[in-house]
Amino acid sequence: MSLLHGISASNGIAIAKAYRFVEPDLSFSKKTVEDIPEELARFQSAVSISKSELESIRDTAAKGLGADEAAIFDAHILVLLDPELLTSIEDKIKADHVNAEHALKETSDMFITMFEQMDNEYMRERAADIRDVAKRLLSHLLNVEIVNPSMITEKVIIIAEDLTPSDTAQLNREFVKGFTTNIGGKTSHSAIMARTLEIPAVVGTKEATKLIQDGDIIIVDGFKGEVHINPTPDVIATYENEQLKYEQQKAEWTKLVDEKTTTADGHLVELAANIGTPEDLEGVINNGGEGIGLYRTEFLYMGRNQLPTEEEQFEAYKKVLQGMSGKPVVVRTLDIGGDKELPYLNLPKEMNPFLGLRAIRLCLEEQDIFRTQLRALLRASSYGNLKIMFPMIATLDEFRQAKTILEEEKQELLTKNIDVSTTIEVGIMVEIPSTAILADQFAKEVDFFSIGTNDLIQYTMAADRMNERVAYLYQPYNPAILRLVKMVIDASHKEGKWTGMCGEMAGDEIAIPLLLGLGLDEFSMSATSILKARTQILKLNKSDMVELANEALQMSTAEDVVQAVMTRYNL
Amino acid sequence: MVEKQFIVTDEQGIHARPASILVSTATKFKSDINLIYNEKNVNLKSILGVMSLGIGLGGEFKISATGIDEQDALNELEEALKNGGLTN
Repeated sequence: MSLLHGISASNGIAIAKAYRFVEPDLSFSKKTVEDIPEELARFQSAVSISKSELESIRDTAAKGLGADEAAIFDAHILVLLDPELLTSIEDKIKADHVNAEHALKETSDMFITMFEQMDNEYMRERAADIRDVAKRLLSHLLNVEIVNPSMITEKVIIIAEDLTPSDTAQLNREFVKGFTTNIGGKTSHSAIMARTLEIPAVVGTKEATKLIQDGDIIIVDGFKGEVHINPTPDVIATYENEQLKYEQQKAEWTKLVDEKTTTADGHLVELAANIGTPEDLEGVINNGGEGIGLYRTEFLYMGRNQLPTEEEQFEAYKKVLQGMSGKPVVVRTLDIGGDKELPYLNLPKEMNPFLGLRAIRLCLEEQDIFRTQLRALLRASSYGNLKIMFPMIATLDEFRQAKTILEEEKQELLTKNIDVSTTIEVGIMVEIPSTAILADQFAKEVDFFSIGTNDLIQYTMAADRMNERVAYLYQPYNPAILRLVKMVIDASHKEGKWTGMCGEMAGDEIAIPLLLGLGLDEFSMSATSILKARTQILKLNKSDMVELANEALQMSTAEDVVQAVMTRYNL
Repeated sequence: MVEKQFIVTDEQGIHARPASILVSTATKFKSDINLIYNEKNVNLKSILGVMSLGIGLGGEFKISATGIDEQDALNELEEALKNGGLTN
């Protein structure tokens, strides 16, 4: 047995046989063929096998995954049967006396190049369809099996280099119990997908595909980020036990899906979810989210070659607002820069990207991008309970500028008789110490605050959160941070406004009692943490927490604070 | 042979989804059906051919059909274009 370490991408434990989802060997060489009719027949047979295969994949996808995913395979069938493609290949076989593999490769490469050069994003993506179809045809010409994950019929754990959106679209939830990939991080597509599907996953194991063979027994430990290969019966038994306990605990939590989040002494708070795409909504609803506390819109802009259109954004925002049926949805406007780059914007490299032109600073500079997003948001606002939040606000002037632009776009839409909600709250992220310190002034003008702890900690402690050598300075419980949080919450309450928190800290078991005591109104976390947090809060007394928080504010180190919370709750 | 001129009114031009509707419609008929745009002539039964033209908003194109069901084909394609919001 052996053990692989990776990054925990989605909680839970899965035990099943390995299914390697890896690229097959499709190499071949160019040959001269004498018997042209036979070569043509061989090619036509590959086409017809590919066609029936695609049809059955499409039907399976339609049942297991939905119409949108199935449509991908309809498009593949159209490409497969395309007369231009087929005739070109057949003509090449006839004219050049070459084998079908070579004719296919030359022709498909020509089409792929043609589509890749188009100046339209949508068209460029079609190159991938042609590539997929060519690969399928080639595999049948070579009699090599390619993986068809949508056809899996027993419980498996997927082992892959990485999983792309079109790969995951083919995964059947009923049989895929977990997965592990060589590459990827917490926010890679595969990780987000795993959390949405609520299947345990470990990414970034570096050599999973090298060390794991088809049929090996695999344990994916999504809590610790570990993958066990052919473990001993003892290890399996231990994990089966843990799996059972987790299932029971989840069943307990599920009872609280429709409950309000009220402390034992009757204080009400809101537990919301952080999301990146409209696809995450299902998880939010299943886990009893009372709203969206942070919709990270940058995913709309990432992993592509050009800016999303107003229409694309409108559709996404509308979907989220409608999906939450009137519950609050806090949308953060574009937060790019720092560790999140958009190559197609061609922004100059900066010495200190975290202290540079990022988030609202970039949006105020590149107003076209900002205005497009605001228009899409305003147009979507009539479909639900929208709250708009500007990230990385350092001065009141930045907030005023952003709000003016928002007002201008709103007036513009109103003159065109487009519906815009009249109750949109406009707030800011508090991530920069200057804003926390001056929160009393901000509170007079904003509708709400949301504290982004990851950045607030990084900027307060002057410690790059991407640099492991200063990782010890990432101290959420440092009394300095707690005092800043208190200043923000108190300032908002004084003006009758509210404060939320959307960093990692909001879902943290040790932080929750402290934040409750400091008076936090809204806790926004990953959807899968909500029920656990609710279970914890139902047992707490607000008055005790106030006392605890006041003690913590007077402590001198983060360790003291952690110790105090743990002793009180036997954590 | 029958033919007709159209102008694209969809903001996104003829992208993948409407293109596949046109191709599926054309494929139902026996006639040879072509799409002519910018002096380029492609087989309307070919998704790759149609999309390779990259026809955008305001693009003027012609559809021609030749064969026993040419008029039906042209009528149904015109219908599909209108229903898809591609032309007026």
